[in-house]
Amino acid sequence: MFESLTEKLSSALRNLRGVGKLSEENMADALKEVRTALLSADVHFKVAREFVDRVQSQCVGQEVLKGVAPGQQVVKIIHDELVRLLGEGATTLSAARPLKILMVGLHGSGKTTSTAKLGKLLKKRGYRPLVAACDIYRPAAIDQLEILAKQEELGFYADRASKDVPAIGTAALAAAQTATADCIIFDTAGRLQIDHELIEEVKKLRARVQPDEVLLVADGALGQEAVNVAKTFHDALALTGLVLTKLDGDARGGAALSIKSITGVPIKFVGTGEKTADFDTFYPDRLASRILGMGDVVSLVEKAQETIDQKEAEKMAAKMMKAEFDLEDFLAQMQQVKKLGSMQSILGMMPGMSGVELPAGADKQMARTEAIIKSMTPQERRKPDLLNGSRRSRIAKGSGTKLVEVNQLLKQFQQMQQMMKMMKGGGAKKMMRQMEAMKASGRYPGM
Amino acid sequence: MFGLFKKFKEGLAKTVSAIAAKTHGLFGGRKIDAASVDELEEALITADFGVETADEILAEIKAAYKKDASLHGWQAAAIGAAVLQRVLAGSEGDLKPAASGPTVIAMIGVNGSGKTTTSAKLAWKLKQEGKTVTLAACDTFRAAAVEQLKTWATRLELEIVASHTGADSAAVAFDAWQAARSRGRDYLIVDTAGRLHTKSNLMEELAKIRRVLQKHDPAAPQHRWLVVDGSLGSNSIEQAKVFHQSFGLTGLVVTKLDGTSRGGAIVGIYRQLKIPIYFLGLGEQAEDLQPFSVENYAKAVFGIEG
Repeated sequence: MFESLTEKLSSALRNLRGVGKLSEENMADALKEVRTALLSADVHFKVAREFVDRVQSQCVGQEVLKGVAPGQQVVKIIHDELVRLLGEGATTLSAARPLKILMVGLHGSGKTTSTAKLGKLLKKRGYRPLVAACDIYRPAAIDQLEILAKQEELGFYADRASKDVPAIGTAALAAAQTATADCIIFDTAGRLQIDHELIEEVKKLRARVQPDEVLLVADGALGQEAVNVAKTFHDALALTGLVLTKLDGDARGGAALSIKSITGVPIKFVGTGEKTADFDTFYPDRLASRILGMGDVVSLVEKAQETIDQKEAEKMAAKMMKAEFDLEDFLAQMQQVKKLGSMQSILGMMPGMSGVELPAGADKQMARTEAIIKSMTPQERRKPDLLNGSRRSRIAKGSGTKLVEVNQLLKQFQQMQQMMKMMKGGGAKKMMRQMEAMKASGRYPGM
Repeated sequence: MFGLFKKFKEGLAKTVSAIAAKTHGLFGGRKIDAASVDELEEALITADFGVETADEILAEIKAAYKKDASLHGWQAAAIGAAVLQRVLAGSEGDLKPAASGPTVIAMIGVNGSGKTTTSAKLAWKLKQEGKTVTLAACDTFRAAAVEQLKTWATRLELEIVASHTGADSAAVAFDAWQAARSRGRDYLIVDTAGRLHTKSNLMEELAKIRRVLQKHDPAAPQHRWLVVDGSLGSNSIEQAKVFHQSFGLTGLVVTKLDGTSRGGAIVGIYRQLKIPIYFLGLGEQAEDLQPFSVENYAKAVFGIEG
């Protein structure tokens, strides 16, 4: 996400190479470029102007540090300013129980999907969520939420006969109590911020259910309009947070900067994919790093921790070290990776990989590999050496793949085992030491 | 003609007032000065016109101001509208039926751009014009998308071919074409699933729908329209580029222009790709889908009375 902004900033700053001191003159061109880049990235006009002014005043007069390219120094200043702008520190949800969350936004911003995703996330955090369908306008919106709720095993409330949204809200609260749910998420209809009637309606709903959180769901690709939308919704409903959606596209996401700096409302979650697991807590500092092409390793690590069973992982690591890793473990590991979300969204979090498009079918390839292993008997999985020609062709048939593919997989697996045997001989420790040293020196790729 | 412009003005009324408010008096009798030029730049940028178009409009107004220091706001507005009309010249789409039916229109776009709603509105519009239409519910991915289109079909008494969520979208398209053909329908409108243009596997699914339709009729789908959310910014240009590369777009529909967004990004799309704009979505009702008119759009944006 945000690749384009990063690209533009770095090309704008390239011609700063070789100057001794940052001055208004040698910065002028670059800052003009930065402003254009911000505007092209859909950052609001005023926000972009203020941002450039602040960066300029911080830069001018600074000695260019020895051993650092002036461009890098400016990038650092821009980075710090971005972090400041996006709001330092992580922003968490209210600790109230039951936790009541109201989701609001324009049409098609992704409220219903985000409601289900948030429900899933909170369920993982130990809540018993119930989602309440308060969108009585869009055809089949209630069905959509019901299907998603069923899929994620969340509580669900709807009253298809009612046209009284505040009353639906009250009834949902009662339903949640009966169902012993401790978290209620209200999915509301999409509405324009200038539609007084519908804004009044959601104001009434807000007054009735007294939510602890009012989250504005906004498309990450929003244009200059983002500011008007956020401001009006904020004035009417006193927003407590933002959910930024569709960030798995290549939207430059300037809207995030605009909304945050104009309303001051923290961005709390980001939607990063089609799967219900593609939903993350928002970390401003990480996003700023990502804007500058430093990747988002921390998010990936946390996602992995949450999804992958810790004990299972330790067991696996021990096996790997002893080179006892068999195809059964390989399968289990693959299933863990799958839980992380789609391969593309994982890739997007790695430094330098945000612009890389996976070859079509990488996820499909994984499914085929899985099918091959699943077509083996448990005994074969544990002792791949058993796999002779006739067994292999049976597996190919059973998994609907070709014999070549089965052979390929087994060859790859063999190579993996050999590598593990090498690591067993103390190589691993050396590797770890090297990585630690890299971390200590603070030299992350991309900076 | 007058009625049409009125609808435009109503839908874009917020647009007009937003630009006019920012440039208070600028488009009226007041004379232009350096400060108002600055304000004008802000108004143009915040309309999502993009830096290029905004600069072009500004340059012409500045040039006119240099020649005539007593330039008035309304004159500046006229210049702006003229530049916009020039940039958008030839962008009005004209929907023509294919030589042999049904004429297939595929609606594509990112998630939440308004494809399903637009499909229903367009079918209703064509029906009002005396054409016969079949809808194909090919968004088999999003939960309840099929039900959404079905509800529209019932409400507006439209003919629909649908399967269930999770079904093969290409198969639905295939069947729908056959149904439309055997019933002698004029148009087949194919509603597809929303997909971000960065997902190549989903783009591939779109190509499959096309391949399958071409088994019936090598020319189908004759129209491949991108549905663009008018409140989005410059990313809609990226969207259009990628969809155009992989699917060969023939038209645009811009939705949600009844808010305060000005849909300026379509100017950027047209500049770069020269894809005609067919309709604008100016409201939530079935009749709020209006044909695009360059003159009306330019005038509405700059607050010039028709």
